[in-house]
Amino acid sequence: MNDNSTAQPSTAEIIERCQALYEDLEFTAAREWKDAEAGRKVVGYMPVYVPCEIIHAAGMLPLGILGGGDQLEVIHGDAYYQSYICRIPRSTIELGIAGRLDFVDGMLFPSICDVIRNLSGMWQIMFPDTYTRYFDVPQNYQDDVGGEYYVHELRELRDGLATLGGCEISDDALRESIAVYNENRGLVRQVYEFRSEHPEQAPTSEVYLLMRAGMVLPVEEHNQMLRDYLDAARREERPLRDNCRIIINGSFCEQPPLNLIKSIEMAGCHIVDDDYMLVNRWLLEDVSVDGDPLQNLATAFLHQSADTAAKYCASDEEVGKQLLESVKHFDAEGVIFAAASFCDPALLERPMLVDKLTEQDVPYIAFKYAENSGQMQPIREQAGTFADSIKLWS
Amino acid sequence: MSQKQTENVVKESSMLKQKAMIAENFDNLTSAPETGRKVAATFVPGNLNELIMCFDMLNNLPEINAINNGMRKKSGMMVMQAEKMGHSEDVCTYVKADIGSMSKGSIAPNGKPMPPPNLLLLSYTGCFTFMKWFELLRHEYGCETAMLHVPYQGDGVITDNMRDYVVKQLKENVIPAMERVSGVKFDIDRLRENLRRSAKAEDDFVWVMESAKNIPSPIDAYFGGVYYIGPIFTAFRGTEQAVNYYRTLRAEIEDRLAAGQGPITPEGDMKEEKYRLVVEGPPNWTSFREFWKMFYDEGAVVVASTYTKVGGVYDLGFRHDPDRPLETLAEYCLGCYTNRNLSQRADLLEKYVNEYQADGLLINSIKSCNSFSAGQLLLMREIENRTGRPGAFIETDLVDPRYFSAANVKNRLESYFQMIEQKRATAAAA
Repeated sequence: MNDNSTAQPSTAEIIERCQALYEDLEFTAAREWKDAEAGRKVVGYMPVYVPCEIIHAAGMLPLGILGGGDQLEVIHGDAYYQSYICRIPRSTIELGIAGRLDFVDGMLFPSICDVIRNLSGMWQIMFPDTYTRYFDVPQNYQDDVGGEYYVHELRELRDGLATLGGCEISDDALRESIAVYNENRGLVRQVYEFRSEHPEQAPTSEVYLLMRAGMVLPVEEHNQMLRDYLDAARREERPLRDNCRIIINGSFCEQPPLNLIKSIEMAGCHIVDDDYMLVNRWLLEDVSVDGDPLQNLATAFLHQSADTAAKYCASDEEVGKQLLESVKHFDAEGVIFAAASFCDPALLERPMLVDKLTEQDVPYIAFKYAENSGQMQPIREQAGTFADSIKLWS
Repeated sequence: MSQKQTENVVKESSMLKQKAMIAENFDNLTSAPETGRKVAATFVPGNLNELIMCFDMLNNLPEINAINNGMRKKSGMMVMQAEKMGHSEDVCTYVKADIGSMSKGSIAPNGKPMPPPNLLLLSYTGCFTFMKWFELLRHEYGCETAMLHVPYQGDGVITDNMRDYVVKQLKENVIPAMERVSGVKFDIDRLRENLRRSAKAEDDFVWVMESAKNIPSPIDAYFGGVYYIGPIFTAFRGTEQAVNYYRTLRAEIEDRLAAGQGPITPEGDMKEEKYRLVVEGPPNWTSFREFWKMFYDEGAVVVASTYTKVGGVYDLGFRHDPDRPLETLAEYCLGCYTNRNLSQRADLLEKYVNEYQADGLLINSIKSCNSFSAGQLLLMREIENRTGRPGAFIETDLVDPRYFSAANVKNRLESYFQMIEQKRATAAAA
């Protein structure tokens, strides 16, 4: 019998675990984490960004809630929303009503759009025993204006979580948490760079699941998983593919079905950058661990954060700047705008981004999806035609 | 009381006065290139009219332009034009009507082109779409933009931190931008004067809205509210004209009350008040008169509405305070209806249903407006549970005529009125 206890896991083994976590709408891993020690708390959060460091510093588990995907039958949730509202709030309500989130002690609803904003109020009414907070962030990026406001908001969040946990959240604990999340951000960046350099070695259908795992696992465990994946992906040889290199934009909230990502890849595209799981890529650089930790989180938010449609761009020159930089950095040949149906931020911003790409002769296509989209043939055809046009004529 | 029949619509003197004021405002806007006056484009919720006036600037409201185009049956083509230009069919039709109108030369109701704004004053109050709307306008116009981020009342309170943040933005960003664009130095005493006039008008405005507590109600607080009671308050708040307008309107309503009359409708006085409703959500503008007729034909009067509170919830006591000029502007913005969380909205609707002795809550759910619409089905159930009175739900859109199905809306309204009758009969039998 072979002793595999010290053997390094393969990408297949890691992704198998990630896939199981992704498909588990009972959130068993998070429940087990909570049950392992008396008094543990779990705090859920929705896209697009919350400072998980503060939850972590309270000794709690941050749990990313990204809707119900394509495996959840939404029955109750549809009764709360009109047909012209996206799917993520209705499947999230479904998770709540069905008791799948009954172990969650707190829920954070970040400032991303009016639907998620109003969902915070619905949650307050429907689940009055859960600590529920609308997490507002500044749209003014001056240190003495938006920065000061944001530090206060972070303090309020810290105080709220401290009350929930019956504990104090010290500055030292916050600094330690920032350091752990810096490690996570660094590893995520490494995975993205590796995927760009060797897209056939780290297909996005895998990288996506790897990042999704980070939504439900303790960050320390996710860090180890990222390291293991990088090691395994570097070790393993996979066949080269003559795919074009594209960037996915607009998928930062409601997530596409995994099959949609696979369909794009099967249609001849290497996805070399995306905005699927922005929470772990929101802060673009390491956050300082010296000095006031809340101030450091605020400074990072103001000056080193990802560009997305949920943010205000202070000048027209800033609109699409990061996307164009990403095209250059990742040597992308085109952009696929893939937004959830009825996603106001992504769909309102898209015409401006299209203009910016057009000015730079970057080809693009656009389509919409829902988290439970089932028909992939049109996506495959559209992405395939796009890939062919890039290969043949760009 | 003077009434006049114009273009088959019966109008009272306040309506005629309003028409003249709005026409003058459009003339001022379209003649700005000749007069040299600067134009600030801004939004209705959280608008800073008193501040804009301090800089001799004119106030251009893109939502109002979209509404105007909707009521004149022009918005449909504009929306489709914007969609042809790449704007998604899923997003707000105010935005698309505005963008589509620009591609057609932005013609004002007086037939003259609207000048491009000199300043985009983005008061991001209660609606995410505003933020991207102004980015889109800036992308087209390339003019200066001043951003005022108004935090949302997620916990149902205005904290010191929120107010300080808004005041700081006014001081450090908004006022300097207005000085720069207008060339006029900020005078806080001028602002105080404007605020003092606002507060005066606010007293009369609230009196008029609350007159609907009478049975029969002398006003329709939704259709009448948006047609002739509310609009002046937005573009003219802080002016002597607005003070006079609301004094005139109040006198008219006092006369109606004394005479025991119901609301004025486009077809004259409404006869019998059979149903009293509270309405949540914006109206449809493309078939506004047809929509209103479905109510007054059945004797249904809207006694309170939330859409008339997007420009400020004055009936809960807020008044612009000249002694705290910047703080009061901040509190005004923070307190607008769509900046309130769902629980606050439910509390207000419950209060309206009870205090205005309404038969129930009707929600007009608007496809374009997630700020209003997301959560409305829960609100309806909540109000039904709290008040024991029936709710109803209809769906239309702001300025996209493709989403107004008259037969469906009428059918649902008729069913709702039957439901109210049944409820009354059951209560009487008990």
